[in-house]
Amino acid sequence: MTEPLLKVKGLKKYFPIRQGVLGKVSGQVKAVDDVSFYVNEGETLGIVGESGCGKSTTGRMLMRLLEPTEGSIEFDGKLLSDLSKEEMRKARREIQMVFQDPYASLNPRHSIGKILEEPLVVHGIGDVKERKKKVNEFLEIVGLSSYHARRYPHQFSGGQRQRIGIARALMTNPKLIIADEPVSALDVSIQAQVLNLMQDLQKDLKLTYIFIAHDLGVVRHISDRVGVMYLGKMVELADSESLYSKPLHPYSKALLSAVPVPDPNFTREQILITGDIPSPSNPPAGCTFHTRCPFKMDICSKTVPVLKEVEKGHSVACHLYNEQGQQ
Amino acid sequence: MSDRKELLRVRGLQTTFFTDDGEIPAVDNINFSVREGEILGIVGESGCGKSVSALSIMGLVPSPPGKITGGQIEFDGKDLTKLSQKEMRKVRGKDIAMIFQEPMTSLNPLFTIGNQLMEAILIHHKDWSKKQARNRAIEMMKLVGLPRSEELIKEYPHQLSGGMRQRVMIAMALVCDPKVLIADEPTTALDVTIQAQILQLMKDLNERLNTAVIMITHDLGVVAETCERVVVMYGGQVVEEGPVKLLFNDPQHPYTKGLIQSVPDMRFKKQRLYSIPGNVPKPGSVNTGCRFAARCEFAFEQCRVENPNLYQTSPEHKTRCFLHERKEVSAVDRAVVES
Repeated sequence: MTEPLLKVKGLKKYFPIRQGVLGKVSGQVKAVDDVSFYVNEGETLGIVGESGCGKSTTGRMLMRLLEPTEGSIEFDGKLLSDLSKEEMRKARREIQMVFQDPYASLNPRHSIGKILEEPLVVHGIGDVKERKKKVNEFLEIVGLSSYHARRYPHQFSGGQRQRIGIARALMTNPKLIIADEPVSALDVSIQAQVLNLMQDLQKDLKLTYIFIAHDLGVVRHISDRVGVMYLGKMVELADSESLYSKPLHPYSKALLSAVPVPDPNFTREQILITGDIPSPSNPPAGCTFHTRCPFKMDICSKTVPVLKEVEKGHSVACHLYNEQGQQ
Repeated sequence: MSDRKELLRVRGLQTTFFTDDGEIPAVDNINFSVREGEILGIVGESGCGKSVSALSIMGLVPSPPGKITGGQIEFDGKDLTKLSQKEMRKVRGKDIAMIFQEPMTSLNPLFTIGNQLMEAILIHHKDWSKKQARNRAIEMMKLVGLPRSEELIKEYPHQLSGGMRQRVMIAMALVCDPKVLIADEPTTALDVTIQAQILQLMKDLNERLNTAVIMITHDLGVVAETCERVVVMYGGQVVEEGPVKLLFNDPQHPYTKGLIQSVPDMRFKKQRLYSIPGNVPKPGSVNTGCRFAARCEFAFEQCRVENPNLYQTSPEHKTRCFLHERKEVSAVDRAVVES
């Protein structure tokens, strides 16, 4: 088996909580707490979870837009977490990001041509003529036309802007694209267009995706494997088929059963979990989900469960699936 | 279900925004009614006029630039569009209440939850004492499943989570036993597990209090899960209307069909999603012919010139599409040939 393109081990991000005039650190928000996963070349790893679960923070740390507190990130044989700022900037040529709000992430004062050319300029690729050619080429690839290069972001609709965001990410021929909620700001009919575009591009350009989203239907559609996050931890990681047909972690079960299905004939057993997500600055001891879990056992409030493979290609962090739990 | 009394009837409603770019008919001659105790869904994409319809019913269209330029909204023997501001204030909140998408911006951060709930009560019950209002507020908080209501009543909105804030909004809306509750994207800003709780709560309350609900949403999943009847809007018009099962099992309008097919279904993986070509039109940008013609794969000449009527396809089901007329004609032709 070939080596995975990206390997993440024990990734952590703690944000300090400062208080008082002197800014004394009085606590920590454990936004991401010991997350490990890998991504194979050419596949899509989906990361789902509710707000505050750390999915976006994870995405940002992979690009080192946020410095990890701890942990290692290995990309294509290089240890990204050890690179200097300058080296990291070069490495970003291979990893690009697509953001949620396509309007906020495009400079309103720059023409589309300039926006798309920028990554090439930054990385010193080609001369003026080649860059122009490449801009036009990529505009066509994402379903726009070369004359759009002279226009400005406000002249486009949300779906078109997201196409521009995708084109910008593709300019440097990256291997890995981290897409953080790329379709959640879009209307349903436009969302389908952008998802199809992303799938086509993956096939044509042999891209690898990390697809971060809260919409479980969208994630299933696009992902080969899916990780479920809750309060900074990866609670389940499996092939998307296996996760959606047979979720193991009680949180994944509840999450999947909570999604409204667009079919009035469909009735299902809903696992309603009560209460809200606890604060990440003061997470519950043991398993962070035990405060809301319908299957809580004694061990859950004491020992932190580790992510373990229980079936081939299906890992879960839950005491229900280890030996002590099954007694 | 169809024998239930019509509570609110919207007839030929037209709401226009007068802007520098000209007159924009955000809501263009729409008709629908809400029946006693039902949950009616209004579904559509951004700019289709679903929120403006709701604001028109509430008399809350920002004016200027907006204005109701035609039609009637019949409720309780009155035409709401004809009421004065003062008369409307008596209806709003008491008979028809509304909850909004973002519960944080709808609550005043400077007042306690109790304060705001009691204000809503005292506006419509001028003769009530503060104590009575407080008791009613606590009763309502219990009804919507807010825990430790005695303490919560003294807390401020920022101390509550998104789900709890939305429960407060629902409590506030229901405080005067309205006959109709308009919910504009009530769960869009919430997480899925919290969304499930709020939708469940709204269904329970609808059953227990028999309050009719107009559920405005872009999410077909929410519609399928909660509504009995659905109105689909596109480009300021109603393009399809029908009972939820009929609409999902046998959608008549190409837009409804396309919309249903373009939602990724969590239960199984499709190789490729169906997608409606083109962009969602800006309000007012398409004024002639069928509003959907430019994106419709079945469009023919007539569609680009004439705006189709709403055709009745079965007793409860209507669609605004010439295809239906063609179908009828061909069925008649066939009948003639066969006889």
